[in-house]
Amino acid sequence: MGMPAQFHVLAVDDSLIDRKLIERLLKTSSYQVTAVDSGSKALEFLGLNDDNGDEDRDSSADADEQVGVNLIITDYCMPGMTGYDLLRRIKQSSSFKDIPVVIMSSENIPSRINRCLEDGAQDFFLKPVQLSDVNKLRPHLIKTHSNINKRKGMEDDIHSPVPDRTRPRYNELEVV
Amino acid sequence: MDLVQLQRQLVEYRTSLYHEGFLDEQFTQLQELQDENNPDFVVEVVSLFFEDSERLLNELTKALEQQSIDFKRVDAHVHQLKGSSSSIGAQRVQKVCIAFRNYCEEQNVEGCLKCLQQVRHEYSLVKTKLESMFQLEQQILSAGGSIPM
Repeated sequence: MGMPAQFHVLAVDDSLIDRKLIERLLKTSSYQVTAVDSGSKALEFLGLNDDNGDEDRDSSADADEQVGVNLIITDYCMPGMTGYDLLRRIKQSSSFKDIPVVIMSSENIPSRINRCLEDGAQDFFLKPVQLSDVNKLRPHLIKTHSNINKRKGMEDDIHSPVPDRTRPRYNELEVV
Repeated sequence: MDLVQLQRQLVEYRTSLYHEGFLDEQFTQLQELQDENNPDFVVEVVSLFFEDSERLLNELTKALEQQSIDFKRVDAHVHQLKGSSSSIGAQRVQKVCIAFRNYCEEQNVEGCLKCLQQVRHEYSLVKTKLESMFQLEQQILSAGGSIPM
């Protein structure tokens, strides 16, 4: 199996308007999109059992290639399973924990944002999401995709840059 | 009215909607997402907004008529309305929703009822204006012209 021609994004939002919007934003940027209206539908799409995260249909690392999802973008505030709950479930799954998850929210609550980022969210977008936000996504996808290929020992067409992990992380500079 | 006049009228009308705060730059973002492959995108999203808002306004009316008001429920509906109005750039509707949510938090019935009235009013205004704008656009297209940006 070769590399997918298009990156496939799974978008999760209970608002029909916002689903339509995110779908258009992503398609404009040439992503393939699957949009669902809940966290449980997202898990269902991925083939994850809703009750127990690791009871995967296919527990091997090929699962993400089978479903072919390169990124998950989810609303935070949803009835039932929140975007945060979905993030946790994805990160607890052996098959899907390496898929980047981006959280969207209409509310700018720093503690919420920090908690999501600390628990593995790749990024956090304030709604309404803009094309400039979506344009930020591509570096995440290329890096992740080449990491998955490296794990399998495949040749990379994309020469990936040095991963961020080896660079020192700088804290926010304080004004003296 | 000839094509050039129609186009001028549309531009003036649209500009006034921004100046008067009915629309904000999010609406411009929607227009920029429309292209030859998705020529009805804006109308489709706005239609969804109309349907959704009418549903939410009805729910809000019912919720605020209850003997014992469930403010969490009221707030949930307002949160949705705030979100969708923000997504299409209906700024005045969004602003009332912000005040509305504060009254919900305070469990202030008077405040909530006042906001419900205000949000109905603002919604009705923006609906009328957007419909007029779409009508103008249709006239231009029917006359064989293109919609000025």
